[in-house]
Parts: sequence; structure tokens; C-alpha cells
Amino acid sequence: MVLLAVSFICFLIFRFTGDPVLMLAGKYATQQEREQVRIAYGLDRPFYVQYANFLGNALKGNFGKSYISQVDALDTILERFPATFELALTAIFISLAAGVLLGVVVSIKPGSLVSRAIMAGSLGGISIPTFLMGILWVMLFAVYLEWLPPFGRGETVQIGPWRTGFLTLDGIKHIIMPALTLSGYQLAVILRLTRAGMREVLSEEYIKTAWSKGLSPFTVIVKHALRNVLIPVVTIAGLSFGELIAFSIVTESIFQWPGMGNLLLVSIFETDHPVIVTYIMMAAFIILAINILVDLLYAWLNPKIQYN
Amino acid sequence: MIKNILQSNLVYSFVRDISAMTGALLLVIFIFCALFAHILAPMDPYELTTVELSNSLMAPAWMETGSLSFPLGTDDQGRGILSTILFGLRTSLMVGFSVVVVSSILGIFFGMLGGYYGGILDAFIMRTADTVFAFSTTLLAILLLGIFQSRNIWTVVFAICIAGWVKYARTIRGTVLEVKENAYITAAKASGAKDFRILFRHVLPNALPPVFVLMAVDLAVVIMLEATLSFLGVGVPITEPSLGMMISIGKNYIYAGMWWMVLFPGMTLILLVVAINLFSDWLRDEMNPRLALRS
Repeated sequence: MVLLAVSFICFLIFRFTGDPVLMLAGKYATQQEREQVRIAYGLDRPFYVQYANFLGNALKGNFGKSYISQVDALDTILERFPATFELALTAIFISLAAGVLLGVVVSIKPGSLVSRAIMAGSLGGISIPTFLMGILWVMLFAVYLEWLPPFGRGETVQIGPWRTGFLTLDGIKHIIMPALTLSGYQLAVILRLTRAGMREVLSEEYIKTAWSKGLSPFTVIVKHALRNVLIPVVTIAGLSFGELIAFSIVTESIFQWPGMGNLLLVSIFETDHPVIVTYIMMAAFIILAINILVDLLYAWLNPKIQYN
Repeated sequence: MIKNILQSNLVYSFVRDISAMTGALLLVIFIFCALFAHILAPMDPYELTTVELSNSLMAPAWMETGSLSFPLGTDDQGRGILSTILFGLRTSLMVGFSVVVVSSILGIFFGMLGGYYGGILDAFIMRTADTVFAFSTTLLAILLLGIFQSRNIWTVVFAICIAGWVKYARTIRGTVLEVKENAYITAAKASGAKDFRILFRHVLPNALPPVFVLMAVDLAVVIMLEATLSFLGVGVPITEPSLGMMISIGKNYIYAGMWWMVLFPGMTLILLVVAINLFSDWLRDEMNPRLALRS
């Protein structure tokens, strides 16, 4: 349903912003050439026929060809998918691992100096926009200290259709800064959620029971308390996936990361509609899939919730 | 009247809270700078007759290659960084306040409509809201602006509002659902009040405090978003001053050691956002006792 709505909006945009004929045939085409293009791309037919065609093709995975490179739009995007996926995966891993760990540390000793420093840092994570954070990392690690490469993906290894940067030292060096940048905001959010949740749970009766039974601090904190806190944390991390995609566009633009986000920005500047539309449809599809997955996961983790 | 305000709990707790006062003070200074940018700024960075290319890429005044007429240095076009920051603040705050006002009004309208009438209308509004929410404000704004053919400050405001009303609608709807069960609503209905009157006289006042908090939090988010959009090149056009754009231009020169083109606008942006966050943190704790979980 939602995908249908998105596809309709995409189609409207595709059809009514600017004249596609003008773009396809070029500015200097004659009237006759323009007519040929109009017929060749089916742009002379009525509106609903065009939409039906568009939808039918989209279902078959055919979103048309890029205006600029004349390559299939979906292929162009899929080729960039591994780069974005590896970046996002690393970022999610960093933000979940560090966010939960730091959140637990802060909730165990709220008044200590370390906790205060962590909380101040998390305020920074929320107050510094992602793009600025990325540039500051570059200035520190690439320009000033010269430890890490400032842009690109480095050496990659092709395994079947997948081009990975995880297998070379150069590739791993290249992913550190972009992944840190992308994880920054989510890390701060997860940290704060974990902290709030832990503070609530640690004052519950069953935690007191666990302590008085003489269980080790590790068992009480990780097995009894953290488990209950993780459910909403994971849910919110999953539901903010759209945000992650958005910030991956920003991150890829800073580090000239050869992923989908960078492709989108280039396509926007070149008004390459088929690629933009394909990107939007794919983002919508991924976000919806993740949302449904999180819903199911949530019901599975928390038996109190039932869907009818 | 004034005496009453000064003796209220809100003012009392505000004066006690140093970080809230600092935030508010900074914010007032920023707004002042933005309003009087044309007087305060040493030059008008977007007046072509005063900008000279020969002044480009100059360092801040205290460095060797600097000059006193450009206290914080210049960018690649010879525009003074300080002047551009002042005018950029104007854009940031203008976009920020416009978006917050428009999207809260939109959100209040749709939220009340859905929450009060329920049924298919509610389902439709909330489904739409869920979808927009799943996409996230940032992504939706980037995509919308990517599609628009012409861009100016108001298309940026429009795009952020399209994505931004959802938070308000959700909050308002929740409160409306709670409030409408109260006896005084039934009483108002029984005495023949029109729906419109009930909504604005009886429901809205109860729903406003969380909206104020949301507006304060949102202001910081929107200002960051505008900077992000302009940084990506889909925000305000090159002919308008913007902190995000300054940073985007400056980014090309950091390898040449010209840090001032990034750091000064960057610090301004961070300070502005921190100021708003300090203030909104206080406001949130004041208006919502349930959230007063401070360390």
C-alpha cells in the first residue's frame, strides 16, 4: 500500500517536473527528433497508461535507463550498494556496541567523573551536525595528524558480485572515519536511551532481589537488567533506519565514499530522474522491510504484545 | 499582570537554572546579531560591488597574512567570514523559526482533526504520519529538495515542513485522545458548543505545553537540518548566505591549511544549537514532570 503510494508520487514527480523529452533529446534536437523520442519512450500515451507501464516495469525491476550514462538505473544503484551497506553495517555495529556499553557504565556510576565526561560527549554528539563532525574528523586525523586517508574507499576486493573493502588493510583504514561519523548521532541516542532505561530498571524490585541473592554484579547488570532495557533500544535503533540512510548520504558526500548516497547527490545535480526515482523506491522498500522486521521482532521479544 | 508573571514558578526556576539562563542569553545574542546583521557586519558579503576577488582566502586578522578589515579572514570569493556568518545566522534562524511555526500549526491541525474525530480520517492521517516518520525528516527533505527544480529559502522551509509536522501531530493527537474523555468536554457538548469551539477553547489549551517543548527541541534540529541541506548543495541557493554552505566551501580548503573557513561557521553553528538545547532541556523538565530525570 505504502509502496504503491510512494511509486505514484515518484511517477508524478518523474513525469511533471521538467520536460523529460527535452532532457532525453537534448536542447538542440529538432521538432521531429523530439517527436521520435516522445513515441519511443511512450510519453505520448495517456497518463494512466504511462503509470501502469511504469508500475509494471518497476515490479520487474526495470526503472528505466539513466539519462546520463544510458545504463540501467537499478544496476547503477545496485553496483553501489555494497559500499553503502558495509559503511552502514560498521556504523550500526559501532553505535550499538559503544552506545550500550557507555550507557551501562553511565547508569552504574551516575556521579563519577567518567560518567560526566561521557554525558558531555553525548550532548556534543547530539548538538554537532553529522556533516560538521565528519569534517572535524578529517581535519584532525587526515590533515593535522595524517593518520587516516581523507576520502575514498581504498583498495577493494571483488568477490562475485560483491566488492568489499573489509579484506584489505587499506580498505579498513578508509572505513574508520566515515563509520565513526555515521555512527556518531545514533551512538548518542542509544547511549541516552540505555541510560534512561537502566536507571528505571535498576530501581525495580526484581533487581533488588537479584542483588540480595548474592549474584555477581555482571549477572545482575547484564542478565537481569540490560536484557529488559535492550528491547526498546533495539526497536528505536531499527525504526530510525531512515535517519541512518539520510546520514549515509551526508557521510558519503564528505568522504567521497562511492556508495548510493553519493550517486543520489550526483544524480540530483544532473537531474537524472530515473536514478533518483529508483533510489527513492529502494530506500522506501528497505525502510518498510526493516519496519516490518522490527515489529515482528518486537512481538517475538515481548509476548505481551499481540497482533491480530 | 507583570508582577504575576515575575512571581510564577516558571520564572523562578528559570532564574535558578544557570545553564538555561546561559542558553537563553546566547540565543538572544544570536538573534540580535541576525536581526542587525546589516549594521553589525563589516561588509555586505552578497553586495557584488563591495566584494573583491583580490581579497580572497585571507587569514584571520591576528595571523600574519590577515588584515583588520576582515577580522576572521575571507573565503574563496573574498567575502569576509565574520560578515557571512552574521548573514548566515539570519538564514538559519529565519528557516528555523518559520519551519517550527508552520509545522507546529500543521501538526496541531491534523493531530486535533484525527484525535477528535477518529475513524477513517484518523487512520488516514496517522498512516501518512507513520510513513513520513519512517522515512525520517532528513531523508524526506533531501529527496524533496532533490526533486524541486528551483530552490530558495522558502522551498527549504516547505520541504522541511512536509516532513516535520508529523511529530507535532502525534503529540497533539495523544493529548486530544486523553482530554476528550474528560467530563468537561461532555459538558461543553451538552451545552451545545460547536466542535470548533470545543477544540480551540477546551482541547487546545491542554495540548499546548508539550508542543512548546517540542518546538524548542525542534528549533535546534531544524537549524542543523538546514545547514546539512545547504552543505549537500540542495539547500538555499549559492546566492544566499548560509552556515552550511560556508562549511561546504571551506571543506575544499582544509587540505591547504585554511581552517578558518570551516571552523568559524562550524563553531557558530554548534554554539547556536547548544544554546537552544540548554534552553529546551530546561523547558522540557519544567513542562513535563515525568521527564525530570536529570543527573
